[in-house]
Amino acid sequence: MIPELGHFALALAVALAFAQGVIGIFAPGLRDPRAMRGAPALALSQFLAIGAAFLALIYAGVVSDFTVENVANFSSAQVPLLYRITGTWGNHDGSMLLWCFILSLCGATVAAFGNGLPASLRARVLGVLGLVSGGFLLFTLTVSDPFTRLWPPPLDGAGVNPILQDPGLAFHPPVLYTGYVGFSVAFAFAIAALIEGRIDAAWGRWVRPWALISWCFLTAGIALGSWWSYYTLGWGGYWFWDPVENAALLPWLTGTALLHCAIVVEKREALKAWTVLLAIATFSLSLSGTFLVRSGILNSVHSFAAAPNQGLFILALLAITIGGSLLLFAIRAPILAATGIYAPLSRESALVLNNIFICSIATVVFVGTLYPPFVNLLFGIQLSIGAPFFNETVLPLAGPIILAMGVGPMMAWKRAALLPVLRQLWLAAAVGLLVFLVMAANRHVIAALGLAGGAWVVMAALTDIAGRIRLFRVSAGSSLARLWALPRAAVGATLGHIGFGMMVLGIAGMTLATQKVIVLKPGQSTQLGGYTWTLDDIHDAPGPNFSQRVADISLSENGKVFMTLHPARRFFSAQKVITNTAAIRTNGFQDIYAVFAAEPPGSGGAELRLNRHPLAPEIWLGGLVMALGGGISLSDRRLRVGAPARKKPAGAVA
Amino acid sequence: MSPLRRRLLFGIPLALAVAGGEGFYIILRRMQENDYDPHALPSPLIGKRPPAFNLPGADGMQGFSNTDLLAPPKPMLVNWFASWCVPCLQEAPMLMKLAKTGLEIWGIAYQDHPKDLANFISTNGNPYTRLAADASGLTAINWGVYGVPETYFIDKQGIVRWRYAGALTDDVVSGTLQPLLQKYA
Repeated sequence: MIPELGHFALALAVALAFAQGVIGIFAPGLRDPRAMRGAPALALSQFLAIGAAFLALIYAGVVSDFTVENVANFSSAQVPLLYRITGTWGNHDGSMLLWCFILSLCGATVAAFGNGLPASLRARVLGVLGLVSGGFLLFTLTVSDPFTRLWPPPLDGAGVNPILQDPGLAFHPPVLYTGYVGFSVAFAFAIAALIEGRIDAAWGRWVRPWALISWCFLTAGIALGSWWSYYTLGWGGYWFWDPVENAALLPWLTGTALLHCAIVVEKREALKAWTVLLAIATFSLSLSGTFLVRSGILNSVHSFAAAPNQGLFILALLAITIGGSLLLFAIRAPILAATGIYAPLSRESALVLNNIFICSIATVVFVGTLYPPFVNLLFGIQLSIGAPFFNETVLPLAGPIILAMGVGPMMAWKRAALLPVLRQLWLAAAVGLLVFLVMAANRHVIAALGLAGGAWVVMAALTDIAGRIRLFRVSAGSSLARLWALPRAAVGATLGHIGFGMMVLGIAGMTLATQKVIVLKPGQSTQLGGYTWTLDDIHDAPGPNFSQRVADISLSENGKVFMTLHPARRFFSAQKVITNTAAIRTNGFQDIYAVFAAEPPGSGGAELRLNRHPLAPEIWLGGLVMALGGGISLSDRRLRVGAPARKKPAGAVA
Repeated sequence: MSPLRRRLLFGIPLALAVAGGEGFYIILRRMQENDYDPHALPSPLIGKRPPAFNLPGADGMQGFSNTDLLAPPKPMLVNWFASWCVPCLQEAPMLMKLAKTGLEIWGIAYQDHPKDLANFISTNGNPYTRLAADASGLTAINWGVYGVPETYFIDKQGIVRWRYAGALTDDVVSGTLQPLLQKYA
């Protein structure tokens, strides 16, 4: 009964979404205020309908209703409650519903909190969101229905993929999807602006919080995914340049560019068409990333493939959404003229430079990801592009960004002078240089460059903040008061840059990692990274829906044991799958990482993979700090209070 | 900029998207007709000689270049590996077994430190007749190496006939490698 209600709610949502789309887009043209008010109401009802469908699916998963095919195939009565819930979106059909749910949540948020928007703009934005939502809901309902019944039901479900039975992965998809889907709002604002033919500072101010919140979620989602692969896949890697990872990285890159150039629109009313294009591109890349990966076109370790007829449906949806919006852009964008002018050396130019470099990286990643299938298609040549290509091409492009990142935020709007800025940054430059020289003396040139770059970015961001609060030039209390009074957006931006610097430090630190693969018998020990690693024992241990073998390893320095690790090998009997659970201990500046890889027959011992990863935690910590910076920036008063003031000139509000 | 050129400029994103969409459409159609398998890990080298390279030796052994692979006296393997890779460790006994049968195996250590490499060879044995080091990883890009371990089968004309990404297992050896050895003997 409940699944049927869910199915009905899903069908209802399709109708509501299309009604929202049509009314939202056409009502402003009719100048009918009552019709325009219909759009928010429809957006809220659509959200309620999808919410009901989503809850129905979760309910089916929680009570293990195996008459629902989705639950029978991807869940099991033995799986812990958390994974029975998360399992509902750990597969293609269920994740589609989650995707649509988040999209409707975005629409409902615009409807509920967009009272300050002009009624016509709000209606149009909701209309665009309604059409996108309607298309994907129709897809879910017709060709990937998560409520399909199965009769007779099996006694038990096939179970959740053991790799997915992990708290990190349970929350990775919703967070990542919120990031992907959140960019739909910036996209809808861009389309609405193209329809209205008007973009001004107020528009920039509305779009930026939406781009910012999606960016925060996307950053956190990517960091979670990377962290998960680091501790689960068991060989200590954190980024593999897999097509699915690239699919998430691309909208992150263009989204980062969007975030920066929306500031220029807001403050200076320049770069309008470019900002609109970035908003369209970011959402288009989110869509392509989520869906082309599933069509099975791209070769990936993330097996999420759908049937080819679903692929064609998705392609048609993408063609309408992306093609339609770019067509509108080609027709309408040429009339958007910049009003603000700026000198070649100014904050605006620095942000343009940032955009150029970020978009170059995005282009390289995009081409590298799509080159193999397209070359095969055009010339029949088969080739593969892997991590070596991306490492060689992306890292050199990241260098200029890192250098410019320190200087850019301190440049003045309209016209700036470089020399005074550089003079303020002497300390950051000196620290960077010192780090480089110390590391280069130890012959780690790559690590030296990376660590110096990371230190430069962090120090430059701190210098910027120190200058603003006049640290050491006025009393500490007065500095603190100034810090409190700073615009939150400035604090957030600084934190974002610090987070990025930390991530660079972490990535550079990882190049200094030491590791060893070794077979040890109980009682034997080995040396690595200045520590003595001893295998004390190998024993069995019980688990809820798996059995496991655990290796007890103790680490000692100068004969004193200071840490014990318990990596395990888990056997999931339902799926006949073995997973390696790594043991990771961190002190915030380095990870001690041990994997129990195998028990080679005849050796009587354990094959262990031992790693010491300096600065590894900074990679994810940096991601978290970046997302946190975005969050603080979001709480800026100006974003909340200033937004409705479209009639006022921009300067008066700022 | 003239208005027309400005219009054309703004049409570029659309043109790119249309071209991309059409490509994806054709790929999807061919996938439906089972004409195209994106999940096969194809190697661009099959049927060709390896691209030009010249790598120094490692661990006191002689390195090699593409000219050394032009006409081996009998079919041979080139094995990409690294001391830091777990599957390579699992593969090591199999390589030792193959080397004992008289099969010539040349190794290329991918982005490895000399000390770790020496350690790896001394613990796991040395199946390689020659051992080169690709410290920069650039030769790996030219070969289209997807990840280590990866093994290339080279016939007497120096042409790559087969590539296997991943650790060689009993099944792969008896099912694919042995027939190849007979075919190209």
